[in-house]
Amino acid sequence: MSEILKVTGLRKSYASGFEALKGVDLSVTSGEILALLGPNGAGKTTLISTVCGITSSTGGRVEIGGHDIETDFRAARRLVGLVPQEISLEPFETVINTVRFSRGLFGKPKNEAYIEKILRDLSLWDKRKNRIMELSGGMKRRVLIAKALSHEPRLLFLDEPTAGVDVELRKDMWNVVAELKKQGVTIILTTHYIEEAEAIADRIGVISKGQLMLVEEKQHLMKRLGQKKLTVELQSPLAEVPAALSKYDLVVGADGASLVYSYDTRAERTGITALLADISAAGLVLKDLQTDQSSLEDIFVTLVKEDAA
Amino acid sequence: MSFSAIRAIYVFEMARFFRTLMQSFISPVISTSLYFVVFGAAIGSRIQEADGVSYGAFIVPGLIMLSVITQSISNASFGIYFPKFIGTIYELLSAPVSFIEIVIGYVGAAATKSLFIGVVILATSALFVDLQIAHPFWMVLFLVLTCLSFALMGFIIGIWARNFEQLQLVPLLIVTPLVFLGGSFYSISMLPPVWQIITKLNPVVYLISGFRWSFYDTADVPIAVSLFAILAFTAICIAVIGWIFKTGWRIRN
Ligand SMILES: Nc1ncnc2c1ncn2[C@@H]1O[C@H](COP(=O)(O)OP(=O)(O)OP(=O)(O)O)[C@@H](O)[C@H]1O
Ligand SMILES: [Mg+2]
Repeated sequence: MSEILKVTGLRKSYASGFEALKGVDLSVTSGEILALLGPNGAGKTTLISTVCGITSSTGGRVEIGGHDIETDFRAARRLVGLVPQEISLEPFETVINTVRFSRGLFGKPKNEAYIEKILRDLSLWDKRKNRIMELSGGMKRRVLIAKALSHEPRLLFLDEPTAGVDVELRKDMWNVVAELKKQGVTIILTTHYIEEAEAIADRIGVISKGQLMLVEEKQHLMKRLGQKKLTVELQSPLAEVPAALSKYDLVVGADGASLVYSYDTRAERTGITALLADISAAGLVLKDLQTDQSSLEDIFVTLVKEDAA
Repeated sequence: MSFSAIRAIYVFEMARFFRTLMQSFISPVISTSLYFVVFGAAIGSRIQEADGVSYGAFIVPGLIMLSVITQSISNASFGIYFPKFIGTIYELLSAPVSFIEIVIGYVGAAATKSLFIGVVILATSALFVDLQIAHPFWMVLFLVLTCLSFALMGFIIGIWARNFEQLQLVPLLIVTPLVFLGGSFYSISMLPPVWQIITKLNPVVYLISGFRWSFYDTADVPIAVSLFAILAFTAICIAVIGWIFKTGWRIRN
């Protein structure tokens, strides 16, 4: 598989002096779907904007399809479609003219049949003669997608494509993404929804404070994300995990009077039933039970720590 | 050079113009008529002749210049400011086009619009006064160069402006006074000698004089100087735009 995007040591400092990207390295294989997760202000949009040429970088290199985005910007940008996070569209123009404009701007010859196909796929065909200002927010977002697809990109950036989009439309959007993947389009998207990344991505990257903390295969990462903790509080403290319970992956809680069991919510059997039975068989008296699932925020922190270690 | 991109930008910008075609057409017709009523009839009845031409006819080139200059600036500055303001500029910046195509598309469309308005004013004027055009080729050349150069200037203003106030600032504080004081409505020779010298520091004087020469064969300054002035102004605007392009000033930072 060939490499469609290669980012090396990418840095971006804004005029204010704030460094939004602190040396990002990323390699994306042609045809894959990469989801970028990260808290607000992590630098996801900045990364995309810099790669697409909307803001200039202050260090590092970006190559798209082997073309440097500065010295060979025409060849590089011809491959790229971008759906920005903010809805920005000319309010008085019609849907179809806005999409035609994008195709022309990217130097592609007129192809009305292709534009019709895109508008139909995105359920915008009936609205093609409407002015943008007459559309709902979700429709506007689809117009942005239509614009990005109008020039047949090989690498598509979707910056929070499903923010403020209803559940049904979100599923539609996932289908569109799956369809594009079939056609061999590489997709990089940002999202705040883990389920979204899980549903469509091949690999997941986590950005935090301008650094790409990790990029991993989805399967691998999901296993880590699916971890849940069961805390079993006991009547009396214990010094160590009783031998009878050694077959479980247990640790003694910080207070010394509890056992913490980590399990995978996705596993066929969580092992909780057996564990509780064995605990009472070992003669321990339960006081309370409590389960925790890390929030996205916690997961970022954990991942970041694990990675630093 | 991507001609497809230039065409896309040009067509998209012109669509904005066609959407408001009636406005674009009617407002110059009305304002020109008003000028003729006020300046031509009221003042003109006292001045009679300027440089051997009836006052009404005398003000036509200045009138056209006044509108064309202000329109070129406002069209071009708005044309590029608007995408910055509503955020659609992301697409221009991420497209496989260089700044040159962007400038040609936007400036070309802005210049076309003001050229159209110039022609409408010319036609309206013909209803009021007896027009003659001594040097049609030069007339067209001056008109087109003026549209283009001031559209270039407008483009720079549009890139520079951070808000709507700034967008209005330069036209209001600099350009309109320069055009009014540039001999649109009088011949420089009507002024006292000191003012004649001061007036010649105003670059617009050379444009209006040259343009008027193409109509009536009379000029305040030599025609070659006029031509040099407009070409120099165009060159300066192009140089500034080239610099903006190189540095990404107020666009990519
Ligand atoms: N034009 C700018 N000037 C100065 N700082 C900026 C600018 N744009 C973004 N930043 C800062 O850069 C950091 C990264 O912003 P960015 O928009 O890339 O975050 P993000 O990961 O996309 O966040 P979100 O999930 O909220 O979209 C933030 O701290 C932000 O305040
Ligand atoms: Mg963002």
